[in-house]
Amino acid sequence: MQSQTYNYKVVRQFAIMTVVWGIVGMLVGVIAAAQLVWPELNVAEWLHFGRLRPLHTNAVIFAFGGCALFATSYYCVQRTCHTRLFAPGLAAFTFWGWQLVILLAAITLPLGYTSSKEYAELEWPIDILITVVWVSYAIVFFGTIGTRKTTHIYVANWFYGAFIITVALLHLVNSAALPVSLSSMKSYSAYAGVQDAMIQWWYGHNAVGFFLTAGFLGMMYYFVPKQAGRPVYSYRLSVVHFWALIFTYMWAGPHHLHYTALPDWTQSVGMVFSLILLAPSWGGMINGIMTLSGAWHKLRTDPILKFLITSLSFYGMSTFEGPMMSIKTVNALSHYTDWTVGHVHSGALGWVAMVSIGAMYYLIPRMYGKTEMYSTKLITAHFWIATIGIVLYIASMWISGVMQGLMWRATNPDGTLTYSFVESVKASYPFWAIRVLGGVLFLTGMLIMFYNMVKTIAGQKAYDAPVLAPAGAHA
Amino acid sequence: MDINEARTVVTVLGLVCFIAITLWAYSGRARKGFDEAALLPFSEDDLPAQKGGQTKEGNKNG
Repeated sequence: MQSQTYNYKVVRQFAIMTVVWGIVGMLVGVIAAAQLVWPELNVAEWLHFGRLRPLHTNAVIFAFGGCALFATSYYCVQRTCHTRLFAPGLAAFTFWGWQLVILLAAITLPLGYTSSKEYAELEWPIDILITVVWVSYAIVFFGTIGTRKTTHIYVANWFYGAFIITVALLHLVNSAALPVSLSSMKSYSAYAGVQDAMIQWWYGHNAVGFFLTAGFLGMMYYFVPKQAGRPVYSYRLSVVHFWALIFTYMWAGPHHLHYTALPDWTQSVGMVFSLILLAPSWGGMINGIMTLSGAWHKLRTDPILKFLITSLSFYGMSTFEGPMMSIKTVNALSHYTDWTVGHVHSGALGWVAMVSIGAMYYLIPRMYGKTEMYSTKLITAHFWIATIGIVLYIASMWISGVMQGLMWRATNPDGTLTYSFVESVKASYPFWAIRVLGGVLFLTGMLIMFYNMVKTIAGQKAYDAPVLAPAGAHA
Repeated sequence: MDINEARTVVTVLGLVCFIAITLWAYSGRARKGFDEAALLPFSEDDLPAQKGGQTKEGNKNG
């Protein structure tokens, strides 16, 4: 027991790939954004916007976000359970298996293989591989919890656990499909018509709710207290926060299908549950931010805390904006416009990416036996460049989104449309150019992070911390 | 009982269950366990116990 060390190897691998895939995914995003401003950038067919866009979303959500979740969940579960990761061989398999999934996505999506389900575009053979990797992940994670040396299961592990179980369920149900033949990449969904649409957005919204929210809330509940040096503001609020999210998120999906063939009552249920979601979301945000109460001065000097606390502010903003946009009359203006894109990026860049970046700056030095990154100044620079990038991105998308919505609905006194669609495209160009600038800034921040990471690791030996028996009855 | 009644019952049970969890979480009984669990991330220092680099103030408290 004394000589045993935590399994840092798999954490280290996932942490490094988080930064690498972050750069790749965001670079593809910047290219796609530039293609909207300069259409001539749509060169060969496999580099067209229509194929790069799903590559961008898959790379940032599942490659960047996924690696960050694997790394932090493996770290958090070992250390708060005081035990080495369960089934180390399987843990190593989750790393290589997940990298293979990402690689296959990077090949098949540009080649045009797609199930056309948003955020679930990968075709059936890759879906099977994802299932195998995910079940292995669940065995490693819950096996570790099962062999814990502590009495309690820390709240972050509850969030990570819910994320793992729910993503398994979502993936299995939404990806159910019949291949044309065993030698063909082409498959057809097991569902048809409006059921297919509803299952897709039950999946899509819960991918947001459990992959991009519950998982990253687990990250927040571990790394914010650690970096702030004080326990979470209210543990019982975190318990209520957890169960409120579990009980409400599942119902919010229909707000993606307002004014479609989906039955009207289902749309209304989706809207009401989306509005209810504001309460647990803000409960969690307040719990995270208030963890810093009494230690606000740390925000001035610690750029990692800046990342973590700013991520919570963006979480609060986007979880206020989301319920507002789910109101049918608001949605009538916002749907299909850039407002949605701005909303998604306020969550994706502001919340998901910033909390991950903060957690990585915490993890990476510890993986190499160091106490901090090579340069704290570069972390601060990264923070400000990234923040300015996000603000440019979401502000330009708000303006263009509302403008598009207003132009599309404008009518002349005789009932004809005031603007043709292409006029709204033309009016959007300046905002799309600002978006490219915002994206370039955010990507620049990631490149600074990469440099900082390389300098931190260079010449250092990989480090594995010893497993310590929990001190006293309660720890 | 037809399927729709079953759905209604499950939904109502979900609400009751959530309210019960909330009442339990805010009752005195849960407090001791919560206080212990909240300290789990601090049950050991995760800074490498070795040489160089400055210890961050934030982590000393842990």
